[in-house]
Amino acid sequence: MTGITEPIANEGRVKPQSSLKRLGKRLLQSKTGMVGLIIVVGVILMAILAPLLTDNDPAKTDVINRLIPPFWLEGGNTEFLLGTDNLGRDILSRIIYGSRISLLIGISAVLLAGAIGMALGLIAGYYGKVWDFIIMRTVDSLLAIPNILFMLIILAVMGPSLITLILVLGGTSWVVYARMVRSETLSIKERDYVRSAKAIGAKDFRIIMKYILPNVLSSFIVIATLNVATTIILEASLSFLGLGIQPPDVSWGLMLSDGREYIATSWWVATFPGIAITVTVLGVIFLGDWLRDVLDPKIKD
Amino acid sequence: MKYFLKSLVKTIPVLLLITLIVFLLVRVTGDPVSLMLPETATDAERDSLREAMGFNDPLPVQYLNYLGDLVTGDFGDSFRYNTDALNLILERLPATIELAIASMIVAIVISVPLGILSAVKRNSFFDLFITGGAVLGKAMPSFWLGIMLILMLSVTFQFFPVSGRGTLGHLVLPALTLGTGIAAEMTRLIRSSMLEILGQDFIRTARSKGLGESIVVNKHAFRNALIPVVTIMALQTSTLIGGTLITETVFAWPGLGQLLVQSVNLRDMAVVQAATFIIAIFVILSNLIADLVYRTLDPRIKYD
Repeated sequence: MTGITEPIANEGRVKPQSSLKRLGKRLLQSKTGMVGLIIVVGVILMAILAPLLTDNDPAKTDVINRLIPPFWLEGGNTEFLLGTDNLGRDILSRIIYGSRISLLIGISAVLLAGAIGMALGLIAGYYGKVWDFIIMRTVDSLLAIPNILFMLIILAVMGPSLITLILVLGGTSWVVYARMVRSETLSIKERDYVRSAKAIGAKDFRIIMKYILPNVLSSFIVIATLNVATTIILEASLSFLGLGIQPPDVSWGLMLSDGREYIATSWWVATFPGIAITVTVLGVIFLGDWLRDVLDPKIKD
Repeated sequence: MKYFLKSLVKTIPVLLLITLIVFLLVRVTGDPVSLMLPETATDAERDSLREAMGFNDPLPVQYLNYLGDLVTGDFGDSFRYNTDALNLILERLPATIELAIASMIVAIVISVPLGILSAVKRNSFFDLFITGGAVLGKAMPSFWLGIMLILMLSVTFQFFPVSGRGTLGHLVLPALTLGTGIAAEMTRLIRSSMLEILGQDFIRTARSKGLGESIVVNKHAFRNALIPVVTIMALQTSTLIGGTLITETVFAWPGLGQLLVQSVNLRDMAVVQAATFIIAIFVILSNLIADLVYRTLDPRIKYD
């Protein structure tokens, strides 16, 4: 029996070396995938190297130098390449430091949501019955409330902070993963190799970890990557609405809400952080789309 | 009909769960009394209000009371406006519905021709341009798009008013903002749905009968491609309503979304609870209708 099950079970798993090479090759073939990778690596480097890239303190207010335009406009200077905002803070350095919050929240919230969704999806799909009922009805309930509204309510009662923001974003977006993992689990558990493993007396936990989870993983990685994009936009939206990142921390969404006030006189305050969000999200989407093509051709948009 | 009733019954646990979630969120995590009274209130005043509001009862009792109130249509009073929360919501609803319909019109006008064109001219320059635009539309945060539209069309050219509601001109920018995001999603959907249909046998048959390409595309393919699109759009109701929260805030559009954001910021929980519950019912119903429409339009799907 085991002789039959092993090779099939390995089918969905990726061998690390050869597959990395293969991934690299496929990446070179895809222009958008390449662009996505360059953007994402660029933003990560920007976040890590922030203090080396700019000398200006992103939170330092300087009322004398408020609303200075970008350097190429009249009145601008090269100390503030992209100008300053209503409190005289340097926009370029705020964008550079803002990437830290976007990435930190985007990645940690996705990891949290992914872990919860993966666990609950596996339980609902594998055990079924009451578990399935409770978990899937919770999913339905959460899907019936617009997620931004749900997040706003929790942030309002718990008080906005970086940690609550990550908890809220992670704690509400797990539903996407739970749904996907559950439906994949439902079909995988009927396959012969899982049945055989059961027949020879493998424990549930072992079956889930060894035979089901590895086969769900590729769809999971694709969804998680695309979810980073959604999370970055959500963080910006919540910060824009005043219940996300709080000053003196720097967030692109927060910069936009300042910029909205001064749009009639100082267009640069709102324009540049928006470009930063759009380019970053675009990079993540390109990377995710390419991963989908490579890892999981069966998921469609 | 039997299927419809069955689905309706299935929504009951979901609705109950939603009331429980909303109830727990609001009652357990904060002290509503401290928000309702001024900071100078004495402890005795706080206690008496707590008693009067029933906040000293055990939680399950409070929850049952809350459910009872909901069933009789009593959603509580807004402490900010000193009026019935439900009335407040119903007052703001027309503005939001107006915005939602206008946005859907914008989305359809943009996405239907572009989606068809990019599927028919697959891999052409048009296709690349349109799919690229759709990805860009998805990547742009809607509130930034709104701010940029204000910058270009209100500040620089003064075509439309910056914010508020009243004339048709006021509606243009918020509808464009909200509609563009939906259009991006719909264009992708229509394109992939059209591509799938165009590859099917009956399209080849229609072509081999000698029908003109425009008839094949518009009559045979598009009608069938619409079925999944209609369904998936109805499933986007929740996203659409979530979008009004942000769009209405950007443009000071006096609808439900703006009311909700203000109420959340002021911790006016009666309004938040009531609105959340009403939105949830609305979303569930529209999903149910979408499901039914899908089953009616596509006879291959059997009622189980």
